[in-house]
Amino acid sequence: MSKKKLLIALGVLGSLGLVACGDNKEVAPNAQISGTSCSELSGDMGSGNDLKIISLSPTATEMVYAIGAGEQVIGVDNMSNYPEAAGGAESKLSGFEPNVEAIAGMEPDVVLISYDPGDLEVQLEGLGIDTWTGYAAMTLDESYTQLAELGALTGHESGAATVIECMKTAISAITETVQEMQADDDAASYYYELDDTYYSVTSNTFVGQLMSSLGLVSIADGVAEGNDYPQLNIETIVSSDPDYIFLADTICCAQTAETVAARPGWSEMTAVVENRIVELDDDIASRWGPRVVDLLTTVANAISSN
Amino acid sequence: MVTTAIFQRHWRLPAAMLVLLVAVVVGASIGPAGPPAWRVPLELINRLPLISFDSGVTSTEWNLIWQIRMPRVVLAGLVGAMLSTAGAAYQGVFRNPLIDPYLLGVAAGAGLGATIVFTVNRAGTSSWIVDPLPLTAFVGGLGAVALTYLVGTAFGANRSSATLVLAGVAVTSLATALQTFILQRNTDVVRQVYSWILGRLSSATWSDVRLVIPYVILSLGALLIHRRLLDVLRVGDDEAKALGVNVDRVRLIVVLAATLGTAAVVAVSGLIGFVGIIVPHAVRLVAGASYRVVLPVSLVAGAAFLILADIPGRILDNPAETPIGVVTAFLGAPFFLLILRTRQVAE
Repeated sequence: MSKKKLLIALGVLGSLGLVACGDNKEVAPNAQISGTSCSELSGDMGSGNDLKIISLSPTATEMVYAIGAGEQVIGVDNMSNYPEAAGGAESKLSGFEPNVEAIAGMEPDVVLISYDPGDLEVQLEGLGIDTWTGYAAMTLDESYTQLAELGALTGHESGAATVIECMKTAISAITETVQEMQADDDAASYYYELDDTYYSVTSNTFVGQLMSSLGLVSIADGVAEGNDYPQLNIETIVSSDPDYIFLADTICCAQTAETVAARPGWSEMTAVVENRIVELDDDIASRWGPRVVDLLTTVANAISSN
Repeated sequence: MVTTAIFQRHWRLPAAMLVLLVAVVVGASIGPAGPPAWRVPLELINRLPLISFDSGVTSTEWNLIWQIRMPRVVLAGLVGAMLSTAGAAYQGVFRNPLIDPYLLGVAAGAGLGATIVFTVNRAGTSSWIVDPLPLTAFVGGLGAVALTYLVGTAFGANRSSATLVLAGVAVTSLATALQTFILQRNTDVVRQVYSWILGRLSSATWSDVRLVIPYVILSLGALLIHRRLLDVLRVGDDEAKALGVNVDRVRLIVVLAATLGTAAVVAVSGLIGFVGIIVPHAVRLVAGASYRVVLPVSLVAGAAFLILADIPGRILDNPAETPIGVVTAFLGAPFFLLILRTRQVAE
């Protein structure tokens, strides 16, 4: 049966929970909190070495370019759509089904991956190619560690340090601003939508922790332990009546504040009535690189405008 | 007494209908949110014409029940009725008790169609008046069965049902291979396709119900009309021909009708396994093998079964969902083994 085969295939690709889809898209510009970007810094980013890099991880691509090592990148996977200069749009390399021969043919020194779909690392090792694995970060500290590792790898230690410093400064500025505004109110709740079949996140996830740092609580908390990307029941979503709805499915599933408001039974929800539906960029929202700051800025601005 | 005699012969259908009514009320009453379950039946009575009293259900709660829970219950009923009846009809027309409605490739074809929609710029279709997803799944399902029929009847020397079944297996493999290939090239949509395949009763709306209802009525009507001919087919192709039945024509019409309805429900609900097998078999155990009884009782019992099977998905893992496809297969597999064992004992 098609179903069984696909389920197995999907089991293998289990980590897809965090993978975003589609092209880049502009999100609403931030109004109150000035948007510091840590993904396009300039200045002394270190001289670098002559290591040739292939990145099969969109987040690693963003990190490498942010720390100033973009010129060392000779290829990226087809999901690496940021920055545009990386050329992921034209790429035929897949991070999920890596073609070892195609990778070897480009003669890289190191391949960056976010997980090993099979025996990629072993196969590349046999060809004398190193791999660097940056798993989906569970905390911001893990993101910083990955940036520092990539800095050391590429000879851009100072670039990595600059990016990390930028992120830390920006994030603490954002969280402080938001905390001041919230004063002693009860924690606001949110529903975070991963796709239009109501998959969501709990506060245990990377995104959930970012939200927690802004004083927000996920309505998905309370599901069975380990099920941190649960499919929620619509009745539960509507009756939980969250203060905010975050749409991380604006690209994959073309959801907008309008489509949410038009859903049967949703029109009386507080977030809909008070216009507290926040459209996020799927890609930014699913990666753990320097643009985490952009995500937090969008969310913080939504909170501060209410 | 005439009425007693009629009742003794025809109690099964009214009994099944009673079960269905109970299933609808229970289905509408139980959920992770909304008013206490016991108030919902009162409110349902209150909503009947000419009756008015205070059931204690607020308008917001009613909104939740009517806009979110009821479409789900009704869609589950339609899908369950369609899959069970189609399953029973397929089993009759192929004289094979293990056949399910997905056998001739309708599921794989619909899955391929849905996968194509997800990979070809899903965002770009959001402004379309008609959502191409169910439409393409529907066309994919019909296309796959048409191919099966074409291949099966072209190469089968005597158009035997076995050739058709084998053609169905081949077409299913082909469509699945194509789907897997497309999916591997577009790994970013794997989660959406996966979610679609697992069954989507959880996001049912009244517009889904409106979309499938014409096909389901047409298909069920055509199948019910042919229930006596299915009984004749039980004796075998040659014998049925000798009795004056145009076997090929009956088979074509039944397959066409069952496929049309199955493709329509698969297009909105995804793949829900086992209903098409377990319900007809359970009905046979209770009501005998005659399709005159099996078909209508399967229709009603299938609706009741899927409505009830959908309830655990809502509340087991609250606030999370358990996909309906998982629940039916989880109930279906042990049930299937039980049937096999009961049959062995009987033999």
